[in-house]
Formats: sequence, C-alpha cells, structure tokens
Amino acid sequence: MTDPPGDLEKLIELMARLPGLGPRSARRAVLHMVKKRSLLMAPLAEAMQSACETVRECLTCGNIDTGDKCTICADPARATGEICVVENVADLWAMERSHAFRGRYHVLGGTLSALDAVGPEDLRIPLLVKRVADEGISEVILALNATVDGQTTAHYIADALERHGVSISLLAQGVPIGGELDYLDEGTITAALHARKSL
Amino acid sequence: MEWRDQGALLSMRRHGETSAIIEVFTAAHGRHAGVVRGGAGRRMGPVLQPGAQLDLTWRARLEEHLGSFTVEPLQNRAAILMGDRLALSGLNAVVALLLFALPERAPFPALYRATVALLDLLGRSDDWGFAYLRWELLLLSELGFGLDLGSCAVTGVKEGLCHVSPRSGRAVSVAGAGAWASRLLPLPLCLQGAPDDMAGLCEGLRTTGYFLQHRMAAAMGNKPLPAARHRLVEGFLRCAGLSAAPR
Repeated sequence: MTDPPGDLEKLIELMARLPGLGPRSARRAVLHMVKKRSLLMAPLAEAMQSACETVRECLTCGNIDTGDKCTICADPARATGEICVVENVADLWAMERSHAFRGRYHVLGGTLSALDAVGPEDLRIPLLVKRVADEGISEVILALNATVDGQTTAHYIADALERHGVSISLLAQGVPIGGELDYLDEGTITAALHARKSL
Repeated sequence: MEWRDQGALLSMRRHGETSAIIEVFTAAHGRHAGVVRGGAGRRMGPVLQPGAQLDLTWRARLEEHLGSFTVEPLQNRAAILMGDRLALSGLNAVVALLLFALPERAPFPALYRATVALLDLLGRSDDWGFAYLRWELLLLSELGFGLDLGSCAVTGVKEGLCHVSPRSGRAVSVAGAGAWASRLLPLPLCLQGAPDDMAGLCEGLRTTGYFLQHRMAAAMGNKPLPAARHRLVEGFLRCAGLSAAPR
C-alpha cells in the first residue's frame, strides 16, 4: 500500500487529532474533501482561516465569539440581573439550545480538581465575584455538572459570593425527561428523591 | 494476571475518547490503577465518581502492566453528598490525601477498613468530623509517622495530657510542658475519650495537619498538602465559628 502524498499525509495526521476521528476516519474525510475540492475543501479552509483570525474569548464572560464582547453580553434584550455559571463553552451552548435561560453567562473554564491541582485562581471565579459586585447581579444560577468536582466548585462559588447578598441557585438533579426508573443508577434516584416536590 | 476485590474509587481520568484510567483503594492490593474500557461513557459517568464502592476485577498479561478493570458498582456515595458542602469537602479531602500519600500497590488493610467506614459515615452522621480526625491519625500511623498520645514524653504520666511535641510526636502534660507550652501543638480532649466538640476538632486538625505537612509531606519531597484538605479545615473552622468569612 502506498502512503498518501506529503501534504495529504500531514492533513490526515492533523485531522486524526480531532475528537471523534482516528487515522482511518481522518483519511476518509480527507479523501472526501479532495473529491469535493471546490464545494467543500476550499470553503472549509477559508472558514477555518477566518475563524482562526477572528474568534476570541469574550472579555466579560469567557464565551467565544468574534469580538471582545460576545453577542450574548452585547444583547440588550438579555436580562442583566441574572448570571448562569457554566463550566465551559460547550455547556453554554447546551443551555442556549434549550432556550430556557434569557440572562447572561459566565464560563469558568473548568472545575476545581484536587487531582489535577486546579484551584480557584486557575478558573474565572475571581472575575465572577467582581462581575457580581460591579454589575448589580441579583441571581447567580450554578449550572455545573452533577459530579464531585462540579458540585465542589458550586459550593466554593456559593461561599465566595455569600457576602454579596446575591441569590444563588443550583440546577436540579434527578430523573431525565423520558428516563425510566428501572434504568437509572442509584445515585440519580437518590438525588431525585431528595429533590422531590409536592404536587 | 487476574484478581478480584472490592475498593473505593479515588480518581478517574479520561483515556482516549471512551476509556478511563481509574485509581482505587482496595484492601488486598492497596492503591491500584487500571483502564476501564468505556469508562468515559455516559453509562459509566455516575458510577465512576470518587468515593464509589466498586466490585473490581483486574486483568493484565504481566503484573507490572497497567492492566484493565471490569467494574461493577456496589455503592454510590457521592450522590447523597452533593448537597452537603462540608461532607463533600470531607470526601474530597479523604480521596486527595490517599492519592497524595499512598504508594501504589502496597496494601494497608486497616487504613482501607477505616476509610470505607469513614466514607459510609460522611453526610449520614453529624460527628463524622471526629472520625475524620481519627482517620488522619491512622493515616499518619500507617505511613510510619504515628503520634504517641498515651503518656507524657517528659514525666511519663498518663493524666493531664494537653500538648503534642512537634519534634517527637509524643503527648506532653501541663507539668511536663512548663515554659515550652507555647511551642507545643494542642492535644484536644476529644482524642482522649472526652465528648467531642468542634473547637477540639479544629485543634486536632491543626496538630495532624502539622505532622502531615512537616513529617509525611516532607518525606515525599516537601510537596504542599492537597488544597482539598485546607478547604475542609476551613469549613470546620467556619462551623466552629473560629473563622470569620469565606474567602
């Protein structure tokens, strides 16, 4: 079997580093792009070049966008008194897909982790405290993962914001929509039972 | 090579896109790492949370290999602790100290039993903090830095002990301490059979913290103790009203 030419080999090698792709699927994707050079490869290269030059972190919330202020922070229609704290941009996008929250966000950039020696200074927690103090925030919603690290971070943030007199809430934990009790793990059932509400 | 045991999960790291490398603390095999195929998936996410009790089967071609685990969940401890900030800090501190201090693949059966008992107590009882303090004493003892709190290092008496010598790790009585009292560490009454109190717990943690940092961590290259322990001690200080406000 002959190896692909140098440029293509490099492209395959780079593509294979992307999440969800291995060497075999990267090769298939590159071959597909070569076949659709003008329809796919050139526009993709152009879009990647453009994104590489313009995409940056929002200085206020940590979201990624093409300006110093992201479209969410710049949107005057968004509620200014509520901040939803998320771990990363993927979580922000998940919240946005739900259309359930119309306030602003704050992306932490990770969670506290004893194992990885990630402390509060490594995250955007001091910036969050500053935003709460400066922007007159009335409610902070902690939309962090239901993991030990996520909840440890949530409690840490709640402690850090205690003196600011702001209302702090946490996403509920329990049975997912469409979930069947028989298939749930005992931890989720325990959490759901603790968070039960009267009808 | 193959063995089967029960253990408490200490850590989980993603390995590739679907697998995870976990570290567990078992009775017969101590702190042990291995790969869990599919461990980073959605199904295993709730199972592989720190503190979880697991039924483990470890397999490898050679003993020195990392090997892989087959995991069956026995008890998920994290779920009931999620809403209890102090108990969650306790879980983090236990796990972080074990990862920090234990050598790999060396069994510590007494420490394992105490760890499982402590993890079961977290969030279920109000006085788990005192069990945690005794667990830290056991951790020091198991690793060769045990304190001798039975009698006074100076006079030999067994009554009126109220200090610990930072040099020898032995108890010191009021009479034995004399003018050196201010240089000694506190020996709270709760470690001598008296009823538990929060101030005593905080004093005890100050003493164990000294030996964890200056003896145990010093012997391991002087690394700082895990931040999770500091956060737990801060939490206890706030509960006892000995610390003003959170950071």
